[in-house]
Amino acid sequence: MSYHSIVLVKQVPDTANISGNVMKPDGTVNRAKLPAVFNPEDEVALELALQVKERYGGKVTAITMGPPKASDILRECLYMGADEVCLITDRKFAGADTLATSYVLSETIKKFAPYDFIFAGRQAIDGDTAQVGPQTAEKLGIPQITYAEDVIEVKKDGVTIKRRIDGGNETLKSVMPLLITVIKEATAPRPFRAKLAMAYKNAKSLMEIEKMVESNSLLLLDDLIEEYKANGLFIPTLTTEDLDVDIERCGLSGSPTKVHKIESVILAGGEHEKINPDKEGLGYLVDKLMEDHIFG
Amino acid sequence: MPNFFTDNKDILFQFENFNIEDIIELMEGNFEDAKDFNYAPKDNQDAMDNYQKTLEIVGDIAGNIVAPLAAEVDEESAQFDNGKVTYAKGTQEALRQLSQADLMGFTLPRKHGGLNFPITIYIMAIEMISRADASLMNIFGLQDIAETINKFSSEEQKAEFLPQFASGKATGAMALTEPDAGSDLQAVNLQAYQDEDGNWFLHGVKRFITNGNADIHLVLARSEAGTKDGRGLSMFVCYGDDTVTVRRIEHKLGIHGSPTCELQFNDTPAKLVGKRKFGLIKYVMDLMNGARLGVSAQALGISQAAYEEALSYAKAREQFGKAIYDIPVVTNMLIDMRVTLESNRSLIYATSKWVDRRDKLIERIEHLKEEGKAFQEESAKQKEAAKISALLTPMTKYILTEAANKITYDALQIHGGTGYMKEFSVERLARDARITNIYEGTSQLQIVAAIGGVINDILADHFDKNEKKSYKGTLAGLADRLKEIRELFYEGQKFVVDKNDRYFQDVAAKELVEMYSYLYVGYLLLDEAEINTRKVFIANRYIVSASAMARKNYETIKNEQFSDLLHADEILI
Repeated sequence: MSYHSIVLVKQVPDTANISGNVMKPDGTVNRAKLPAVFNPEDEVALELALQVKERYGGKVTAITMGPPKASDILRECLYMGADEVCLITDRKFAGADTLATSYVLSETIKKFAPYDFIFAGRQAIDGDTAQVGPQTAEKLGIPQITYAEDVIEVKKDGVTIKRRIDGGNETLKSVMPLLITVIKEATAPRPFRAKLAMAYKNAKSLMEIEKMVESNSLLLLDDLIEEYKANGLFIPTLTTEDLDVDIERCGLSGSPTKVHKIESVILAGGEHEKINPDKEGLGYLVDKLMEDHIFG
Repeated sequence: MPNFFTDNKDILFQFENFNIEDIIELMEGNFEDAKDFNYAPKDNQDAMDNYQKTLEIVGDIAGNIVAPLAAEVDEESAQFDNGKVTYAKGTQEALRQLSQADLMGFTLPRKHGGLNFPITIYIMAIEMISRADASLMNIFGLQDIAETINKFSSEEQKAEFLPQFASGKATGAMALTEPDAGSDLQAVNLQAYQDEDGNWFLHGVKRFITNGNADIHLVLARSEAGTKDGRGLSMFVCYGDDTVTVRRIEHKLGIHGSPTCELQFNDTPAKLVGKRKFGLIKYVMDLMNGARLGVSAQALGISQAAYEEALSYAKAREQFGKAIYDIPVVTNMLIDMRVTLESNRSLIYATSKWVDRRDKLIERIEHLKEEGKAFQEESAKQKEAAKISALLTPMTKYILTEAANKITYDALQIHGGTGYMKEFSVERLARDARITNIYEGTSQLQIVAAIGGVINDILADHFDKNEKKSYKGTLAGLADRLKEIRELFYEGQKFVVDKNDRYFQDVAAKELVEMYSYLYVGYLLLDEAEINTRKVFIANRYIVSASAMARKNYETIKNEQFSDLLHADEILI
């Protein structure tokens, strides 16, 4: 028995490495200054999907919606062992909140049916909403298990999954197809495979090939796309034209979420005091800690 | 998320200035492998991109998987229980990840599952892995064993063994040393005998075998009964099956993750590699030279790790109201370490490029012969590369492994008392470094291997060319100093040769080999300084210090410091 897993991945600004010059005075992030990375929990989701493939056979499809630059993480999916990838990109998709995003994703996923699993990271480190996975499942009308930390067993009639809950975990069984959101504690994503990285380092999406053509008048777009396809290096790219979507439900117009207010919170270190590492100093330190009720 | 490739500016500098188009051309020919393998390069630049991508993966695994496990591996050690060797958990995990990432067959041909990379790139990978955990190098760095099979075995043997190595399914061991045959391998006594059908079997004991629990062994054995010297020895390959028992593993000062085994071969079925009687004189010498380069890279990786530890400790540790980094004697030690590190890196990659040329030209010549084409030009180049490699390989091992001991020593010193404690990794690094100038030939034996080329001045043309170059500014002054070192070298060399005293020459060899290394490395650094202004600092400190040391070496020879060897028995009471 083999299974088809679809993995939802997202390129995000590397919020784990924010330094001083990245913050704008109004407290928002200057995205241009932050390196873009593979959302960590999505990478774990891909790892789980690859493990299912290794255990039971089948294939893994990685899908992302984002700007053309998001092809970077699709190449990384290929380096890790994804069988196929797909980029959904269009200016009309820009500014999407979780509702509009899950709408476009669910419409795209329909094109990749049949599938047994959809894996997604629990949440992205830029928005931290944890909504896209669940909303996608709702729109597709399939069950979902969130906060998964292990795929225990897959059988023809169902899958057993361990999920994290407050103070412990629970083990659930579900029919397929099923959407699973994954926490980063589940497992560590595998390093890239050298042979795959060498093979796919030049894989390109439609927009990247268009860019090549713009900067070199000797190249013809259609020929080039055919060449990339023939060499297995074309990253399938979907725009509004390729999807059966209601434009009003996409991008900014499909996004009811509005930012109400941004508050710039500056966490500054308070005053500090130097205490000598001798007997008096230690006594003083203990007194101080008791005074502040840190010691009982 | 440290990546030991991208976080190391000096490795990147070396990589960006490799200039190995000729080697790539020798290895890839017309890039015809691209037809059959989607990961084979299409042109020169594509090959370099492939190397870079792969080194980034090695750097990622080294920095994020191997390094964080190193202290645990050291603590846990490889274990021996009931005749079975078990790697530490961290070692198992690291090997699993490296195999999964296609990194266990760097230099093997693609048709056998390898990456078909130059040795130079493989050496860089070894450096990074060793920086993360020196003991892992003793397993990861044994890809030379597969490479030896690739070079000398029959097609049938290659097809059987190489894919097992490349996929990471099998690890290898080279079983050379015996209780009475250490540095002197001519004394190897493990018996190889044939049955009536001509099948080979091995019987006897090997000792100090790194990774002796391996799945596949290359074994040096006496195939010619009754002989006593190296010409009676042949090379065999066999599986580490039930007939090969591990009798014990050693408890060592360092590299705890690497099991060092005593092995008993009980009539183990084996296959002859290459030709009979060529075991020591050809195959082991080749294997050893590859391993020496690997150990040099191991030493360099340890040095890099120790330097990083010392630098960050010096910046963090405050004494006398400031970071000890700002105390001149400490700053000076750090600069010495850094200059040694970078000059060593220049040396090892220059050497590995010569080794690549030597090996790849042999393959090219074989092809030309098969096609009935002329190969005189290639043959001349190959001979030169072979001669230079034979000098630079032991010289590199001598310089880099001694330096690793000095750098880890100084790094521990900078840590003060805390460096002596287990809390900091520098004590592990100091222990791990200590083996590098012993195994695969001690430093003293590296001198023996290098002195011939030094006495015969085989780099004379190379130095002549460099002397004729015109260097600018500070570099011109440094070039003059190198000229002075060269004159001192010739005077010292002449003195030793004229004296015509074997004892004297054996001892003075160290002084001469060192002087020769100052010249070779000095010119490498001058050339680097021409393309990178920061490297002027490195060249300057290296060459100024080398000119002082060259004088010391020269005086040692000229003053016949060793004349008291004849009175050894009176002195050594």
